[in-house]
Amino acid sequence: MTTLSDPPSGSFRLSMLVNDRRYRSYTFQFIALVIVIALFGYLGSNLVANLRAAGLNISYGFLGESSNYDINQTLIDYSSRSTHWRAAMVGVLNTLLVAFLACITATIIGVIAGVLRLSPNWLVRKLMAGYVEAFRNVPVLIWIIIIFTVMTAVMPAPSAFRGETPEATMLFGAIAFTNRGLYLPGPIWGPGSLIVGLVFLASIIGVFAYRRYAKKLLYDTGRLLPMGWPSAAILILPTLLVYFILGRPITLEYPELAGFNFQGGIQILGSLIALWWALAIYTGAFIAENVRAGILSVSKGQAEAAASLGMRPRRIMNLVVLPQALRVIIPPLISNYLNITKNSSLAIAVGYMDVTGTLGGITLNQTGRAIESILLLMAFYLAISLAISGLMNIYNNSVSLKER
Amino acid sequence: MSDTHQQSIGYVRDSMLPETAPPMGETGAVKWMRANLFSSVANGALTLAAIIALYYLLSGVMPWLLNGIWDAPSIRACREILNDNVGGCFAVLTERWNQLLFGFKYPSEIYWRPTLAFVLLFVAIAPVLFRKVFPAQMLWFSGLYPFIAYYLIWGGSILIPVFALLGFVVGYLVYSRYVAQSFAAGFFGGILAALVFWYVTGFIPVQGILALEIVPSRDMGGFMLNLILGTVCVSLSIPFGIALALGRQSDMPIIKWICIVFIEFIRGVPLITLLFVANVVLAYFLPPGTNFDLILRVIIMITMFASAYIAEVIRGGLAALPNGQYEAGDSLGLDYAQKMRLIILPQALKISIPGIVNVAVGLFKDTTLVSVISMFDLVGMIRGPILASTEWNGVYWELLGFAALLFFVVCYGISQYSQWLERQLQTDHR
Repeated sequence: MTTLSDPPSGSFRLSMLVNDRRYRSYTFQFIALVIVIALFGYLGSNLVANLRAAGLNISYGFLGESSNYDINQTLIDYSSRSTHWRAAMVGVLNTLLVAFLACITATIIGVIAGVLRLSPNWLVRKLMAGYVEAFRNVPVLIWIIIIFTVMTAVMPAPSAFRGETPEATMLFGAIAFTNRGLYLPGPIWGPGSLIVGLVFLASIIGVFAYRRYAKKLLYDTGRLLPMGWPSAAILILPTLLVYFILGRPITLEYPELAGFNFQGGIQILGSLIALWWALAIYTGAFIAENVRAGILSVSKGQAEAAASLGMRPRRIMNLVVLPQALRVIIPPLISNYLNITKNSSLAIAVGYMDVTGTLGGITLNQTGRAIESILLLMAFYLAISLAISGLMNIYNNSVSLKER
Repeated sequence: MSDTHQQSIGYVRDSMLPETAPPMGETGAVKWMRANLFSSVANGALTLAAIIALYYLLSGVMPWLLNGIWDAPSIRACREILNDNVGGCFAVLTERWNQLLFGFKYPSEIYWRPTLAFVLLFVAIAPVLFRKVFPAQMLWFSGLYPFIAYYLIWGGSILIPVFALLGFVVGYLVYSRYVAQSFAAGFFGGILAALVFWYVTGFIPVQGILALEIVPSRDMGGFMLNLILGTVCVSLSIPFGIALALGRQSDMPIIKWICIVFIEFIRGVPLITLLFVANVVLAYFLPPGTNFDLILRVIIMITMFASAYIAEVIRGGLAALPNGQYEAGDSLGLDYAQKMRLIILPQALKISIPGIVNVAVGLFKDTTLVSVISMFDLVGMIRGPILASTEWNGVYWELLGFAALLFFVVCYGISQYSQWLERQLQTDHR
């Protein structure tokens, strides 16, 4: 007797590759694989033919050659005699610099705007809604260009600071906004400044140690130590003490007018400021929405339950609402950081020398190595993206609700 | 004893007093201001700060807006008219209006064609966006619209869009003939039939039959280019995105990994590098001698970019469906294609609408990036030909403000529509 569940008898027939659900998936996968391989083979053979016709080859030797161009803002030593590889590294560091600055600024702006959007104050709420909508709905490229125009066309030239009654004055006598960039006082590290730095590092560790001790004391004995002012004191006092004992080894160098330009101090280019602030306020609008959604996602009952246990408002926020809201806020926050890093490639529109400007811009145009340069460029951005999303997955796993 | 209190208590009012108005501080504007603006000292300070900020903003912008000059041949003439008063020089917008919208190479005597295509876009898109308001027959026009728009904007013989359309018709006929046997046979048979049809009709000479003047792609520019790139890439990327999302969810490992690698690669690199690829690298990968135009290459790249993002959004929608829906489909005996078409995708797409609209808005904003690879879209026109001209060198705020306003209107409109649609589609009862 046969039942319905018996496997079909008989040997394997070719038609089963199409009609039998057990084998059909192999057919599909095989076809997909063949198509992909054929596509790559086709593109590859075209590439080989085109390269041969143009007398080119794929080689990364150009990275070792001298670059012959200057970069106006560098974090590491670089001159026009350095190699293209060095130029690319300068670009990478510049990308990371602007992404880092923009991430921090965007977070601050976004958190403030997001919290204010939930404020009981009608006017502030509406203003923040206006900010969020205005900045979310206009391309970031336009914001970059607008801020760049402010920095280059509106700011006074350095010569305006000259003379008995100058047209422009320095802010606090130390900061100069010019159309060539922003001039800030820069630190000069005298002898002994290393010790000051080390003491500062040690006091950071000390703050953490104190907080851990206070927490342990709270759990063991129930005694509550104050957190705020002791932390600040541990952080600042020892460093200040050592600073004055050693005779103030770190001094500030103020920018001075010399010739046609300012000398000394730190110069921040207008293009960096434009990119940094445009990315910050643009992404800040997105972060504001994430923060608002995160706070709203914590149900009101949680705060009320905490209040009925007798907790004070600040503790309710710190211990009950924020930990739950952060679970909602952090993942989109990190993907916003990723967007900042990727959008920083728009630097090329204002002439800031990030990796797209050096490797994908001047190096590409000088050497004509388009394929190699763009492959390297993509690999760099891909590596950053994958690293960050890997970290995010680890975080998500650690905070996800443990169910079932 | 009496049943009234009149004897026991000296005086009791036996009629209701008329209602009096609440105290001044508890009604109308005063109460509203106390509750919403000055509920505490900190709030009052915040309100004052906001008012001061608003005042500075408006006092800077309003004279500039209101004193604006709308009719002048150049920035110098503008400044003469203004005579050192504060005021915007909006004359640049009226004088260069056509360049801002159509670019500087599109033949001026046929501006009516893209304009007509733009107007028809609303007719075509209205029944898609507001299904309940417009009759379903109008969807036929929406289906025809891409071909009409191509004919109007690019020109050339009418047979090219007609053949393109007929290819789809042939494909659909083959699909409906074989879909009863198996979805795969119908689907791939349809695609094959359409490809064969297009290949065959490629040999038919079509020059000059009912032809409009041909406009090459490199002459497109201005806001029109942003709109073309935005609409084409968004509408193309939705089907690709669905396919990629299903592929990523599939239990066939090879297909799954192809989709994962594609999606993660595209999402990991900035759009600019993909545009560089379209601009300088893609030519190396095409057969020697082929030369297809930059707009098409850019459309391919932006579509790939957008479909990877849309795939992730739809994947989220698929994952959000309870497992019971999949199992219900299986228990009804539906095969994969039926289950997806009839049960899973309608629900998953509904969940993903806000995400898809977000991607669409982001993509439309990103079309400005083509100005980096020297295409003259709205931003490219402003930074290139207009600001570089001797007449208008220095009119930054009017031009950039206009560009920002255009994008704001479109993007804000789309996001408001998506919120409205979300409320319409809400079927769970609260």
